[in-house]
Amino acid sequence: MNDRKPDTGAFFTRDRTWQPPAYTPDYKTSVLRSPQRALLALDNTLSEITGPVFGHAILGELDNDLIHNFARPGEAAIGERIIVHGRVLDESGRGVPGALIEVWQANAGGRYRHKKEGYLAALDPNFGGCGRCITDEHGNYRFRTVKPGPYPWPNGPNDWRPAHIHFSVFGQGFAQRLITQMYFEGDPLIWRCPIVRTIPDRRAVELLIAPLDMANTIPMDARAYKFDIVLRGRRSTLFENRLDGN
Amino acid sequence: MAQSLDRLKESPSQTAGPYVHIGLTPNFCGIGGVYPADLGASMVNDKTQGERIGLEIRVLDGTGTPLRDALIEIWQADANGLYNSPAELRGAADPDFLGWGRCPSDMETGLCSFQTIKPGRVPFRDGRLMAPHVSLWIVARGINIGLHTRLYFSDEAKANAEDPILARIEQRIRVPTLIAERKGGSYIFDVHLQGEKETVFFDS
Repeated sequence: MNDRKPDTGAFFTRDRTWQPPAYTPDYKTSVLRSPQRALLALDNTLSEITGPVFGHAILGELDNDLIHNFARPGEAAIGERIIVHGRVLDESGRGVPGALIEVWQANAGGRYRHKKEGYLAALDPNFGGCGRCITDEHGNYRFRTVKPGPYPWPNGPNDWRPAHIHFSVFGQGFAQRLITQMYFEGDPLIWRCPIVRTIPDRRAVELLIAPLDMANTIPMDARAYKFDIVLRGRRSTLFENRLDGN
Repeated sequence: MAQSLDRLKESPSQTAGPYVHIGLTPNFCGIGGVYPADLGASMVNDKTQGERIGLEIRVLDGTGTPLRDALIEIWQADANGLYNSPAELRGAADPDFLGWGRCPSDMETGLCSFQTIKPGRVPFRDGRLMAPHVSLWIVARGINIGLHTRLYFSDEAKANAEDPILARIEQRIRVPTLIAERKGGSYIFDVHLQGEKETVFFDS
């Protein structure tokens, strides 16, 4: 990847006041699925510092093209064609190379291709809704898709998810594992959504809103949105061997 | 004013939601033809070193009801206690064992079944050996940020007794929440998200 030595330090502790807490009753399902006892703090051991790394060999040619990876030959998904691109960084601002990103989303009408999903909006026969890519040596990634539609869900009596794309990201340690959601600049549903509002700090929510990126829009083809993702940074290993027993 | 630390903030987590399968295990939920196989569905091959074991894991909510829409990822060392990771500097791990697996809950029973190998012991930061363990990361609808815990083995009582992580648990009555029970060639492990038997989760 580059001439950097492998990163082997412990990760910066997670800012739990920045991350959503487990118990967020306006998002009803969290009520019975949130631990009530305190988490046990644990400075990283090798089990957290290490993690799986996936090579480009796992990727198929259309894995990062949701417009075509489920479509019949010569056909394409219906909807607003967009490119989603950005960088995976760590908290020190360094690009994370070789990071596997997996995405999933509803189609242009807000309908997911899933057997447990019964929303009356139609499926698109040419849209599956999954894609993946691996960041390059600088941490850059990109994929192509259609903009998902908003989606009603049984939480409050009239709750609608903003248009969103789910992201799952691997860094290089298991403790960096992250799942989040990307939202679209200007969507009035964002600030009404109980899932968005599980995040206590408005500035943190803003990190999940992708701006329209006209500079990277391809004329007569697809608009672009930029979405950077920040994973936990890690300490230098310089003094790690000076540890005493406890 | 002091200098700026000039650090970025970690992206905030959001729930994986009920349709996590579409992205992480599309073949499992009927989306065929995009990926040849679901990532993490198979952990061992004929050449993998070590004792073959099964892990039968369920995640239960505060009423004791199994989640049927959770997804568990596991991460573990190989039979010699080495991780297959660039951050592993002690030696080369078994090339036939990635050490990572992924399994969604069965949509009827809630069971997540892994076929893997018993991990070797890995040193703690001060060089003492930790007991054999598997790291778990659990996501689901209603879980806002992935939960980290560990699975230890009931037939490793001596190693468990000297494990530096288990030793950190002040209320000893909670230690068994991290120990899977051996049954034949498999280990049974129930993760309780809340309530009397709540599993110990880590901020790690």
